Amino acid sequence: MLIESKPLLSQKAKLNSEPIITLQDVSVAYRVPKERIGTFKEYAIRTLQRKVQFNKFLALKDVSVTINRGEVFGIIGNNGAGKSTMLKVISRVLRPTEGRVQLFGKIAPLLELGAGFHPELTGRENVYLNGALLGYDQDEMDTVFEEIVEFSELREFIDAPLRTYSSGMYARLGFAVATAHVPEILIVDEILSVGDEAFQRKCNERMQSYQEQGSTVLIVSHGLAKIQDMCNRVLWLDHGQVQMIGDPAEVIEAYRRSNQ
Amino acid sequence: MNTITKPVYDSAANTSPALTEIQELKHYRYLLKQLVRRDIVARYKRSALGVAWTMLNPLGTMLIMTFVFSNLFKSVQSYPVYILSGLIAWNFFAQGTNASMSGLVWGGSLMQRIYLPRTIFGVSAIGTALVNLLLSIIPLLLVMVITQTTIHLTVLFLPISILLLTAFALGFGLLLSALAIFFPDVAEMYQIVLMAWMYLTPVIYPEEIIPAQFMTIYRINPMYWMLKMFRMPVYEGVIPGLQDLWPALAWSVGMLIVGWLFFTSRSDEYAYRV
Repeated sequence: MLIESKPLLSQKAKLNSEPIITLQDVSVAYRVPKERIGTFKEYAIRTLQRKVQFNKFLALKDVSVTINRGEVFGIIGNNGAGKSTMLKVISRVLRPTEGRVQLFGKIAPLLELGAGFHPELTGRENVYLNGALLGYDQDEMDTVFEEIVEFSELREFIDAPLRTYSSGMYARLGFAVATAHVPEILIVDEILSVGDEAFQRKCNERMQSYQEQGSTVLIVSHGLAKIQDMCNRVLWLDHGQVQMIGDPAEVIEAYRRSNQ
Repeated sequence: MNTITKPVYDSAANTSPALTEIQELKHYRYLLKQLVRRDIVARYKRSALGVAWTMLNPLGTMLIMTFVFSNLFKSVQSYPVYILSGLIAWNFFAQGTNASMSGLVWGGSLMQRIYLPRTIFGVSAIGTALVNLLLSIIPLLLVMVITQTTIHLTVLFLPISILLLTAFALGFGLLLSALAIFFPDVAEMYQIVLMAWMYLTPVIYPEEIIPAQFMTIYRINPMYWMLKMFRMPVYEGVIPGLQDLWPALAWSVGMLIVGWLFFTSRSDEYAYRV
């Protein structure tokens, strides 16, 4: 179960048929209590009376998909279709209720901007803390530190406490840390509105270059144009079920039609 | 590349969560260090005296307690040393277990976004409390010198005392934080329990004033034994004998195993709950 911490990628060629993420009949059921029970007393009483009732809510239903190494894979669907749940299952946050998820590479999730940052610590300290949260060790962070400072354009402020940063600076630092190492699998959950336009361009360029170096990229977004632009394949989720997988233009077209 | 490569993660392979967790924790040891560092550095960042507060805090409490109680407990020789040797152990336990609980609830928002070994918040909370405990040994020795209390060689037993208490606190903290996720009221309830527990443990008063008929209650109190492990070598100048050592050892090993097994057996559910 241990994840190799070495940033990968010697081979540049895309090995299109080599699976890196597989989901087999994956279902995720949230148990939603009909009423919230928050105390022992209530819980004990209800259990005795057999009144603890749950609604089973299936966020994902029998999802099977294989994502190959080097793909840029998009996930689309309406709110509540299960997109985020699918990312959680892939990034090991949730263990599926049923079915099986297998990963054949290391995952680098794009932490929601600033999650895990501590406002009292300096930018420098937060870079190391955030890197550790993403599973890197001291040496790995030392080697990319300069690059992170450079990319985030925060050299003057790197030793100031984070509470003095603007939200744009926060976001830049977060993106720079999360993408400092060339990841095997990069997960992007609807965020690339980082900072100003120039910085956004930089972010996109970086993602593109990773993709060229063989990283697998998983994108969840409502921005259909962007998905169509970037992805090799797209999966359309609806009410937790796979509606369609395939060519971006076709899937997006079908999705658009269904929403009219 | 080989097509039958072994997956780095397989959701279906989950033979023993309690053991897997130890491996994962080892892999994330740098994060552990970072979390402890963050807790210590961030806490004192804005104060002028900084980490010195870790030492000043028990010293201040000791002064107040001495002022209030030393007349009452005249029988106790060098009361400041008596109280301080118990207080640092108690504070470690109270701080550590409380921080395990709040750490896991705080970490909940992170656990929803990225994978982390779930025990890391409990372990780092105890780690932080441990650093504080080690630092507060300095004022203890200082007070011993000032009050001209003999420092016996038996203080060298302290590492074992600390190890026992750490294992106990870690196990208890994990148990508590698992419960707190399912029942948020536990966190509030624990504050009251902790206060009652402190008064049921001879932290500020001498053991001799406990009426004989209540001694049974004390004997089932694990913290009674843990405090003995600190007081005997530091204050009394004796190495704990077997009859005192084994209850402490049984409690700490037992609690660590129970807490670890209980916590890890539930760890798949936390991300669904917090």
